[in-house]
Amino acid sequence: MNFSKVSGKNSTHKVLMYALSTCVWCNMTKQYLKDNDIEYEYVDVDLCAEKDKQKIREHIVSKGGRLSYPTIIVDDNVLINGFRKDKFKEILGI
Amino acid sequence: MTTIAAVRQRAEADARTYGYYLNPDPKFLQNLLEGLKKNEERYTYPLCPCRLASGTFDYDRDILCPCDYRDADVQQFGACYCGLYVRKDIREGKTELQPIPERRPLERQARAYGAVAPPAATKKEAETVATAKKDVSEISAHKKTFWYCKQCGYVVFRDAPPYVCPICKAKKELFEEIKMCINSVN
Repeated sequence: MNFSKVSGKNSTHKVLMYALSTCVWCNMTKQYLKDNDIEYEYVDVDLCAEKDKQKIREHIVSKGGRLSYPTIIVDDNVLINGFRKDKFKEILGI
Repeated sequence: MTTIAAVRQRAEADARTYGYYLNPDPKFLQNLLEGLKKNEERYTYPLCPCRLASGTFDYDRDILCPCDYRDADVQQFGACYCGLYVRKDIREGKTELQPIPERRPLERQARAYGAVAPPAATKKEAETVATAKKDVSEISAHKKTFWYCKQCGYVVFRDAPPYVCPICKAKKELFEEIKMCINSVN
């Protein structure tokens, strides 16, 4: 599975995003994190191989998340489902 | 190959029919239409751009745009899951568009994660594919049935009644299954 890294000045947290290449809310989240200089890694799940999709599903479910996109996992601990600015502000300190 | 204009025209016509509006944010709308176009080219059907597809039509049927969950989402949240179709108050800016929680049942979402076997390379894999295909046809054959709207008589053939009748807007509860009985005459 190939993650794309987007550099940012704020790298306090390890931010991982599961997204879809066609999803508007995912694109908005990518842009929002970039605009706020948050460093993050993402993978477009729809472009992944079947075995990787399985792993992603297991990862999301193991963190108690729903199978919807974007799904953001912070420090492999906190999961955010959707473009939730309030959650980003609270958890990432934006 | 489809075009953005054709995708937009289809969505506009559908919005007019059901009394909805397309998302008023031009950039947001453009992104949605591009996503729909991309999915139509990729899967040959206009799949919701914000959901993960299995690539098998029978599994993805409920998330073809407009999806089966649109009416309930627009009614409850003012917009469908991806935000393409919105209610009048959102269009007029009286209500802010918020991310819509996923309403699609988990077991249906799971179909996109390896529920369909990839093309077989070995005999064993070929058997697995055959079983998976059989499962698909069984799902379609066994679950689908005729439903009729007790208010206007609209009839639909699918696995569950629609959330809202597309003709008279009656709720799901007003749909009743049509029991089929075939008597052969010799």
